[in-house]
Amino acid sequence: MATATKVAAAPTETPARPGPRRGRPLRWLPLAPATVMLLLFLGGPIAYCVYIAFTNMQLTGASSTDFVGLDNFQRAFGDDDFRNAVVLTLVFTLLSSLVGQNTLGLALAALMQRASRPVRTLTGSIVIAAWVVPEIVAGFLLYAFFRREGTLNALLDWLGLPSQNWLYTLPILAVSFANVWRGTAFSMLVYSAALSEIPKEITEAAEVDGAGGLGRFWHITLPMIRRSIGTNLMLNTLQTLSVFGLIWAMTRGGPGNRSQTLPVFMYDQAFNKSLIGYGTAVALLLLLVGAVFSVVYLRLMREEV
Amino acid sequence: MRPTAPLILAATLAATAGLTSCGGGSGSDPDTVKVAYNRSTDNKIRFKDNHLAEVKKQFEKANPGKKVKLIPIQAQDNDYATKVQQMMRSPKTAPDLVYEDTFRINSDIKAGYLRPLDEYLAKWKTWDQFVDTAKAAAKAEDGKTYGVPDGTDTRGLWFNKEIFAKAGLPADWSPKNWNEILQAARTIKKKVPGVTPLNVYTGKAPGETSVMQGFEMLLYGTGEAGGNPLYDPGAKKWVTGGKGFSDALGFLKTVYSQKLGPDISDALDPNVGTTVFSEWLPEGKLAIALDGSWLGQNWLKTGGKPWPEWSKTLGQAPMPTQHGQAPGKVSMSGGWTWAITAKSKNPDLAWKFIERLQTKDNAVTWDIVDAQIAVRKDVAQDPKYTSSMPGITFFTGLVKHTHYRPTTPVYPQVSTAIGEAMEAATTGDTSPEKAAKSYDDQLKSIADGATVAAGGRG
Repeated sequence: MATATKVAAAPTETPARPGPRRGRPLRWLPLAPATVMLLLFLGGPIAYCVYIAFTNMQLTGASSTDFVGLDNFQRAFGDDDFRNAVVLTLVFTLLSSLVGQNTLGLALAALMQRASRPVRTLTGSIVIAAWVVPEIVAGFLLYAFFRREGTLNALLDWLGLPSQNWLYTLPILAVSFANVWRGTAFSMLVYSAALSEIPKEITEAAEVDGAGGLGRFWHITLPMIRRSIGTNLMLNTLQTLSVFGLIWAMTRGGPGNRSQTLPVFMYDQAFNKSLIGYGTAVALLLLLVGAVFSVVYLRLMREEV
Repeated sequence: MRPTAPLILAATLAATAGLTSCGGGSGSDPDTVKVAYNRSTDNKIRFKDNHLAEVKKQFEKANPGKKVKLIPIQAQDNDYATKVQQMMRSPKTAPDLVYEDTFRINSDIKAGYLRPLDEYLAKWKTWDQFVDTAKAAAKAEDGKTYGVPDGTDTRGLWFNKEIFAKAGLPADWSPKNWNEILQAARTIKKKVPGVTPLNVYTGKAPGETSVMQGFEMLLYGTGEAGGNPLYDPGAKKWVTGGKGFSDALGFLKTVYSQKLGPDISDALDPNVGTTVFSEWLPEGKLAIALDGSWLGQNWLKTGGKPWPEWSKTLGQAPMPTQHGQAPGKVSMSGGWTWAITAKSKNPDLAWKFIERLQTKDNAVTWDIVDAQIAVRKDVAQDPKYTSSMPGITFFTGLVKHTHYRPTTPVYPQVSTAIGEAMEAATTGDTSPEKAAKSYDDQLKSIADGATVAAGGRG
């Protein structure tokens, strides 16, 4: 949508520029296809989604669709399962995106910068392989890793540690770990790029001034890659908020609803319970949660710089 | 830039035109019947596929120039229903013929996805052969019939006589009440370690399998609310607050908390139904299974898990009522129907395919290969059918005591709510009473207030 507004705003800027008047509409022409496509394929579905969220549309069991105002949203706020899903979504996002992917990605990038070339290439390709694997395949791999007869328990057995059924006892932790496993590569790439942008002279100057490794990291590296941290956090969070395939493949939101995050809850309501209207309303609320996170990050980035 | 602008514009216009034509046209071929059905998630099981392919061949031979396009949808029951419902929403994707579970058909009728068949049925002599309960299975609240059933099923207890012998239990076991089932399970747990004593389906993931085979087999055995513990067809209201409901959940809790059942995570696996007949029973890992009449089909030579000895190893017993109250036995029945979609462009041809499916020979063959309990009188008397499989007389006998699920549009939603209550009670997340209470709350919102308290009627 943002792009569409920018595009539409473009013609108003033209009067300031010199040039033949009849050029103005033509100047807009090359952008017209993009504008039309965006309106059609991005704006259209969103508008339709907003419309459905205010109706009682059902997949089955009712032939007519009526406008019900804010009923779906009221229902969501009064629904224990919805609140449970919100809490789990926040836990999932905090654990896997903020703590896991972000920190681990930064650590890997920092370590790799110091490593020798072969080590760097090897680590890089292994981590990125996890990212390249399609979500559903990653889901099954990690399901195989965590399940009762899975790799993790085999390892624990071998080490003489007690094994347990991870997907049953700690489902939200298991899916969070899965998301870290899958998403760390992205953070690592962003941070590798950011770290290589730091001029050597500054680090060397700090070293001459007597700053240790940690001090250099804290006072030089972090402030200099602040913008990348902000961007990375935002992208990570938004991606994590909408993770569905991974959780669906591993636990289907269960057992009970102990790993039912908002996207899974939304799918369950819309397609298992056939309540398309309600499911869509939840989708809009999820959009809202994402928007809140984005605004916070944008704020932080503006203040810091 | 400027000279290329008209070019881009032209390209866009062409692309848009292309898109519009995709959206608008592509009507279905008037000589082709599109048939959507569910394919088993077990890749070894292809009875339906093979049978339909055979009928397709007959149909195309008898109607030169006409074609049948089979659309198999390989999915769990819930996902199959969702997929078909989405297909039926649009005339571009709607198949002509769909295979519909009787428990969901009313919901789809209400949604306007299906077409009444009365004018076809009136001219169809074979319809007289169908038993009345089967005729009613796909009859909507508006009195019209929307589907032709091709068989039904009943449910009871399967037990492994070899394990029973080791545990010192009789080979002609026939429990009189719930407690005797639990007693047998406890005996097996003590005397035959390493064997799962009892499987009762539970939880959300197995879908209707757990609700019907697991929960309703228990609930209808409590005899509560005059034998209609879920829905009162007279008052057209759903029943809340039943003691039978929490008792049935309590039974599940007992089974799973005392470890008389399979491991909870196995029980909550969406594919547990397949595991039961393809691994646990044939490999002697499960002693008692509360399951359907059709299990035997999987162990035929042509089945997914050939197991010729099954008829000697396994025995069957009717599921008893809670305290053994009259009539002493309980069973649930379902079944599937063939229905024509409202958006079908070839309803007449689709009907012809239904007629072809229901020639007596095809009907007998189908009931035999899919281990269906016959719904047609002529089929039920056919010697090929009656001698098709050990146990078929036992399960056909249960038809007397069987119950059908409420045929109302909201049943699938109620079923989902029951699945949640089962899962909560099974995992021990909440007590059976609390799970029943939260079911009642959901029920009130699903049924839009049309509920009645179980106790209120004595």
